[in-house]
Amino acid sequence: MRLTCIALGLSLLAQFALAQISLAQDIEIEAQRSYPGSSDRVVRVISTADLEVFEPFLLRFQTTRPDIGIDYIVTSSTELHRAITQNLAFDLAISSAMDLQFKLANDGLAQSYQSSVTEELPVWASWRDLIFAFTSEPAVVVIYRADFEGGPPPATRQDLIALLRENTDQFQGRVGTYDVRDSGLGYLFATQEARSTDAYWRMTEVMGRLDPQLYCCSAQMIDDVASGRLAMAYNVLGSYAAQRIEEDDRLAILELEDFANVMLRTALIPAAAQNTQDAGALLDALLREGMREDADAWVLPPLSDTRDPEPAAFGPIRLGPGLMVNLDQLNRRTFLDAWESAMEQP
Amino acid sequence: MIRPAASIGRRLTLLLAAIAALLSLLSWGMVSSFSGQAAARTQDNVLAASVATIAETLRSEQGTVRLELPYSAFAMLGAISQDRVFYRVSVNGETLTGYDDLRGGRIPEVPGEVLFDTLAYRGETVRMASISRAVSAGREAVPVTVSVAQTGNGIAQVTSGLSRTAAMLSVAFFILAVALSAIAARASLRPLNEIAQAVSRRGPSDLRPIRRTAPRELAPLMSALNRLMDRLGQSIRRSEDFITEAAHRVRTPLATVRAQAEIALHTVTGDEEKKSLRRVIRAVDESSRSTGQLLDHATVAFRAEDLDRRKVDLSEITRSVVESLSPTAEMKDITFDLSSKPSPVRGDAILLQTALRNVLDNAVKYSPPETSVRIDVRCEGKLAEVEICDQGTGLGAGPVEHLTERFRRGDNVAGVVGSGLGLTIADEVMRAHGGSLRLRNLDEEGTGTCVLLVLPLA
Repeated sequence: MRLTCIALGLSLLAQFALAQISLAQDIEIEAQRSYPGSSDRVVRVISTADLEVFEPFLLRFQTTRPDIGIDYIVTSSTELHRAITQNLAFDLAISSAMDLQFKLANDGLAQSYQSSVTEELPVWASWRDLIFAFTSEPAVVVIYRADFEGGPPPATRQDLIALLRENTDQFQGRVGTYDVRDSGLGYLFATQEARSTDAYWRMTEVMGRLDPQLYCCSAQMIDDVASGRLAMAYNVLGSYAAQRIEEDDRLAILELEDFANVMLRTALIPAAAQNTQDAGALLDALLREGMREDADAWVLPPLSDTRDPEPAAFGPIRLGPGLMVNLDQLNRRTFLDAWESAMEQP
Repeated sequence: MIRPAASIGRRLTLLLAAIAALLSLLSWGMVSSFSGQAAARTQDNVLAASVATIAETLRSEQGTVRLELPYSAFAMLGAISQDRVFYRVSVNGETLTGYDDLRGGRIPEVPGEVLFDTLAYRGETVRMASISRAVSAGREAVPVTVSVAQTGNGIAQVTSGLSRTAAMLSVAFFILAVALSAIAARASLRPLNEIAQAVSRRGPSDLRPIRRTAPRELAPLMSALNRLMDRLGQSIRRSEDFITEAAHRVRTPLATVRAQAEIALHTVTGDEEKKSLRRVIRAVDESSRSTGQLLDHATVAFRAEDLDRRKVDLSEITRSVVESLSPTAEMKDITFDLSSKPSPVRGDAILLQTALRNVLDNAVKYSPPETSVRIDVRCEGKLAEVEICDQGTGLGAGPVEHLTERFRRGDNVAGVVGSGLGLTIADEVMRAHGGSLRLRNLDEEGTGTCVLLVLPLA
């Protein structure tokens, strides 16, 4: 599945002119697009959010600040982390992998930023004026509606596990989830869920027996569910799923009542940033989106999103040093060993 | 007017305020330092708990040291403040996991003992806790050290927040203390003010000792004041006695001399002798009159210091003076023509009598025989007026205003007995009562004098 990802990334890459050859040599770029401004000032943004998700926001920003040009580069969260640790010249780093972002801030790779907007943020949505959250996005299970029509939809992980066990033939090779070895967000969801509920490992065991398909990114998983290749995608970004379900009635989100992870998408200004002033302006605009009243105005839900009360009840993953535990090399090795032995069963 | 030295009340308030300021500063400093220590100790305790939690997960697995960082070990550090966290787990000095460059702390010798260090790491000052534990790996036990470090910004923020609160409390305490100091100063000075008021409320001749319970500190002042009043009373009594005695001693022999001279005048026959005896009588009269006026002047000067302001009727006083002078006037066939209306004024009856007697005496003295002296007591608006007009020689050609000066006499009275004190005495009495004395000639030829005494009505 990684191959499909890379292939897709390469095809996207080919669509856009490569302005930063030097960068391309260092990190794997999935997509890139330039939005020139009226002046030669450019904010170079590195992000894990897909272009089609982010473009409306960037264009909206440029109507208020037409002077600022934006160079938007999409990459994976691990590549993003690597780019910032190598001090590549990016002015704003936006990622869904909270733990990696947090570690950047903790290790002194982020710049402090303060403005009237950052002061309005809830306390839990920022850390030390270094890292700022602007969305709260739940991890959800997306299903191919036709495969779940027989009976009542499973309400808990327990039910889902039972359903998968009873219908091995139907689900064989048709369950998908993140490859946690590659995807920073997948690893974050997996570790947080493993910490919160023992059902995670049983779920992984069950999926391991069904020849699971492993993905790098939510968008591809949703595509495959929509086409019927997958019957179920586990731990998909709810924001992406909700957008697709609106236009595609073959898809549905499985409401699991027992537990839901809520991730905060975060932004930081890297220590190596050059155009910090304009990056601050863009960050302020982003945080204002995060505190907006109208949740439907953008695909990425705001911090206070209460459309789905269930995930909100658990609260978002806490932005704090606890996130670093799973990034510890020993812990990561231990976790991946356990995950691999559960997922890759003969 | 004595210019007052620095106020005791203000000095007391300032002193107490300075003490309050000092105490406020001290308390602020102490609270700040205590809160700083408390915050630092809290951080140490959490760091100690964190390393202990991590150390507990250490285990040996197939001859190698393994551990699983517990979520709580770091989450608890995030709970107290938003501070950066670094950690390192080393086996025999080799980094097992964590930040390889986090070195420099002391390594605990005793298992289970937690050591704290403050060191510089990645451009910041960090507080580090370290714990050691022996883990059996293979055949022997190897020492494993767990270190967790945290920056102090959050702690500093907590401390400075507490320090700010303490500073605000100290300022509030100081303001309160200053207000209370002012009240305390006023309260402790109240007995002093009360005594001062009691003394100033007294009448002009009230020299009784002050009988008032005073605080112990004021007792010396009180007794000194009482002693002074006593001495003052005695001295006044002595001068009064002296004045009476002097008047008596001077007047009696003078009267005797005059009587003897009169007798001699009747017995001698020679013109030269009669002439010289008349000169003696004249001189005695002059002396007697001067003595009386000097005593009057002394009385006025003494009584005007502390003027009695009782309500008196000016017409009554005038009437009594006129009556007392009638015999003298009759001797020269001078008649008094008195018209009076009740005119209440506030003042010393004795002084007013003295003033009127001197003016009337002058009028009689300078009037030719068989004339009349007109005396008019009346009210004019807010003023009481006494006008005394004679038909004598008038005031002469000299400037009128100098006639009230001491020992000044008109330049046309050389033939008449006089000391020049009469108008001075009257003028001084009027001034002491807030009134005035005015002089004018009765008509334009310069014959006849009018003296106008003006006093405010009661």
